[in-house]
Amino acid sequence: MFDLSPGEWTAVALSLRIAVVATACALPFGIAVGWLLARRDFWGKTLLDGLAHLPLVLPPVVTGYLLLISFGRKGPIGAFLDDYFGIVFSFRWTGAALACGIMGFPLMVRPIRLALEAIDRRLEDAASTLGANHLLVFLTVTLPLALPGIIAGVLLCFARALGEFGATITFVSNIPGETQTISALIYTLTQVPGGDAAAGRLVLIAIALAFAALLASEWLARRAAIRFHGE
Amino acid sequence: MSVLAVDVERRLGALDLSARFETTGGVTALFGPSGAGKTSVVNMIAGLLKPDRGRITLDGTVLFDSAKGIDVPAHRRRIGYVFQEGRLFPHLSVRQNLDYGRRMSGRPREVGVFERIVALLDIGHLLDRRPGKLSGGERQRVAVGRALLMGPRLLLLDEPLASLDTGHKREILPYLVRLRDDAGIPMVYVTHTPAEVRRIATTVVRLDAGRVIAAGGLELLKEAEADAFA
Repeated sequence: MFDLSPGEWTAVALSLRIAVVATACALPFGIAVGWLLARRDFWGKTLLDGLAHLPLVLPPVVTGYLLLISFGRKGPIGAFLDDYFGIVFSFRWTGAALACGIMGFPLMVRPIRLALEAIDRRLEDAASTLGANHLLVFLTVTLPLALPGIIAGVLLCFARALGEFGATITFVSNIPGETQTISALIYTLTQVPGGDAAAGRLVLIAIALAFAALLASEWLARRAAIRFHGE
Repeated sequence: MSVLAVDVERRLGALDLSARFETTGGVTALFGPSGAGKTSVVNMIAGLLKPDRGRITLDGTVLFDSAKGIDVPAHRRRIGYVFQEGRLFPHLSVRQNLDYGRRMSGRPREVGVFERIVALLDIGHLLDRRPGKLSGGERQRVAVGRALLMGPRLLLLDEPLASLDTGHKREILPYLVRLRDDAGIPMVYVTHTPAEVRRIATTVVRLDAGRVIAAGGLELLKEAEADAFA
């Protein structure tokens, strides 16, 4: 059942690569935004909160279109990045990773923010009386205590990135070997006669990957819980 | 020559805190009913709460001076703090908790210091456990050890026995007395229990409704008891 054609393997590998890169690149921003929303009061906080959640409520096609007109070769940000850094997003797998990272971002920020809000601030006070400066308090107390929330955020973002379709296909199209992910390939296969068997194989792969990600995060979360409370 | 000199003012909701006292080493009991502002005073000494106005000095160095705009951050004050609820780090083992202060300040390990304090507090058999697996009394002994091992110039203890039942109180007091006699670190001990003051303190500062109403020797306890019955 799992004897995939080379084209199908390419789509699976590409999907994984895009999801991993999207999640890894979103993580520092997710922690930073989660921390700002949980801990700081500043002008424009509601706006930041709204912007971070926008990809969740906008139709994915709209997000993809916005990416296309801003990060496309002729878009203001895309042209700037191309001219000065040689970074191109449009119709590349990197563009798919950007779209997936943005679509997964709100799902990542929320559990991180909740975990940071739930931390007992008095433990951070205790750390500072023991000689830890702000950065060390963050790295040795805040971050490890927020770990379960960070794991949950990473899983949700990864799962979203793996399944992203609308924004990706709008922004970077459906190019085999470059931007054709599992979802895009399944869509293509359903449009051609005789594509059902291949689509079915990919559907099973998609289910297996989603389950694997879920189990991995459960396992990590349990390990974190054991670290906190002992066996 | 005073070791610690405190002169602070701060508005805290309904309480108008205005406390001024000096200590000359030994164990100073900050004694008074709950709501008198005792914890706020030690938080100001530790650098966790900023006074509206005032001045705090320790061993001749200024920790806080509102007139000169000096406010040494908590992590540079080198003041050990034993909290009422212990506040051990749940994600670290007892050994890592004890070692935390030394690691954060980047000091090298001194031969025998760790072992001496572990022996003093009788916590050698707990080193590989997580704080979640400790009894209340064990947790507070580890908290005392953690504060001592950072090499403090002053040790603050905020009702360290308040969260313990009577049996555990009796279990931990002898360690604190031993600490007073052996370690030679000046201490400020917050409590509302006269029995604890009698057992451990060398001087007493009575605090009530945000004001220091008396400072002196243990004879102040009798006054306090007389007040309570008046």
